[in-house]
Amino acid sequence: MHQLFQHLPYFVAAWLFCCGLYGLITSRDLVHSVMCLAVLQSSTYVLLLAIGFRKGGAAPIFADWLSPGQLTVDPVVQALMLTDVVVEAVVVALLLAMVVKAHEKAGCTSPDDLRTMRQ
Amino acid sequence: MMMVIGTGILLLLAVAGARVVTTRDTTEQVITLGFYGLLTALMFFFFQAPDVALSQITVGAVALPLMIMLAISRMRVRDALKKKGQEHD
Amino acid sequence: MTERSRKRLFAVSGTVLFGLFSYAALNLPAWGDYRGPYGNFISNLAVYERHATDTVNAINYDYRGFDTLGEEFILFTAVVGVMMLLRRERGTRTKPLSQSGKLQDQPTLGVAVRATNIPAMILTIIFGFYIGLHGQLTPGGGFQAGVILASALFFIYLAENTDAFQRLTSHTAVEVIESVGAGAYALIGLAPLCFGLPLLTNALPLGKTGDIFSSGNIALISATVGVEVTAAFLLVMYTYLQEIITGEIPDD
Repeated sequence: MHQLFQHLPYFVAAWLFCCGLYGLITSRDLVHSVMCLAVLQSSTYVLLLAIGFRKGGAAPIFADWLSPGQLTVDPVVQALMLTDVVVEAVVVALLLAMVVKAHEKAGCTSPDDLRTMRQ
Repeated sequence: MMMVIGTGILLLLAVAGARVVTTRDTTEQVITLGFYGLLTALMFFFFQAPDVALSQITVGAVALPLMIMLAISRMRVRDALKKKGQEHD
Repeated sequence: MTERSRKRLFAVSGTVLFGLFSYAALNLPAWGDYRGPYGNFISNLAVYERHATDTVNAINYDYRGFDTLGEEFILFTAVVGVMMLLRRERGTRTKPLSQSGKLQDQPTLGVAVRATNIPAMILTIIFGFYIGLHGQLTPGGGFQAGVILASALFFIYLAENTDAFQRLTSHTAVEVIESVGAGAYALIGLAPLCFGLPLLTNALPLGKTGDIFSSGNIALISATVGVEVTAAFLLVMYTYLQEIITGEIPDD
C-alpha cells in the first residue's frame, strides 16, 4: 500500500493511457476518437512530470526570491513538455481537418459506416 | 501536506479522464475535455511547472475546445443544408 | 470485427498492458526522489551562463533551440496541411447558405455584449504582449503569447458579426506574417554560421540579468515564435470557419 502511494503518478499515467485507448477502440464517432487521443497524450504529461519532480523543490524560475543553488525541480523535463503540448494541439487540428473532409465526402462521421462505404 | 493534495489531484484526474472517454455526445465531450485540460493545468501547478501550466491552459482549455467546436459547427452547417436540400426535392 | 469482440480483446490486452506497466513502474524510484544530474546542472548554471532567470525557456530557446526550431516547423507544416485539406478549388461554383446570402444574418449583438467584449479583448492583447516579452524572466514566452493573442482576436468573432472577423483574417497578409515568423527563426539560427560559429549560437550581448533586454538570442527567438504561432492559429480558425463566415458553400 505504501508502495502504491509512492508510485501513484505512474499508475495514474497507465490508467489514463488505457482509458484513452478504450475510448479510441470503442468510439462511434470520429470526433469522439480525436478527443480520446487528447486524453491519451495527456497520460504522457503525467509520466514525464512525475519523473522530474523533487519533493520540497521549487519551480525553476530564479526571478524573485529564489537564487541558483537552492533546491528546484528538473527544468529539462518541463522543456520537453512544452513541445509535447504544442504537438497535441497541432495533431488535433490536422486530424479534425481530415474528419471534416471525410464528412464532406461521405456525409457521416462514424468509423463503421466509413469503412463499409469503401466498397 | 503537499503530497496529500497531489494525491487528491491525481485521483481526480484519473476519474475525470475516465469520464471524458465515456461521454458519447461530442458537444458534451468538448466541455468535459475543457474541464480536464484545466485540471491537468492545476496538476502542473502542483508539480512546480508554471511554464507548462500556462501552455496547457492556453492550449487545452482555450484553443483545443475552440478548434473542435469550430469543426463540429462546420459539419453541422453542411448537414442542415443537405437536409434542407432534400426536403425541397 | 464487431464491437463486442473488440471490447473483449481490449479487456484482455488492456489488463496485460496495465499489469506489465505497473510491474515496471514499481521498480522506478519513488515519486519525488529525483536523482538525475542534468536538472542540477541547468539550475545552477543557466542564470550565470545566459543571464536568463527562466531556465525552462533558456533550455527551450537556447540549449535545445534546435528542437524548438523543429517544433515551429511542425506547427507550420500542420497549418499548411489544414489549409490544403480544406481549401476551395479554384473555379468551383458556390451557392449562398441562406436566401439573403449570409448564414448569420442576425444584427450584431447588443451594446452590453460589445461593451464588455472589447475591453476584455484589449486587456487580453496587452496581457499577451506582456507574456511574450517577458519570456526570459518569468513563465511565459513566445508560444503562450501567440495562443493568447490568437484567442484575443477571436473575441471579435464573438462580439461583432462575422464580417469583421473575415476582414481581419482572410488576407494573404496573415499567411505572409506566419512565414516571416518561421523564417526569421531559421535566419537567426543560420546567421552565426556566417561568422564561423555553430548553428543557433547565442552571440548577441547578454545584458543584465532581470532586464527585459537580456539573454541575447532568447528574447528575439521568443518574439519570432510568438508572431508565427499567432498567425498559425488565426489561419486554422479561419480555415475551419471559412464556409460559415463567407456565407457560401461549394456546389458539389
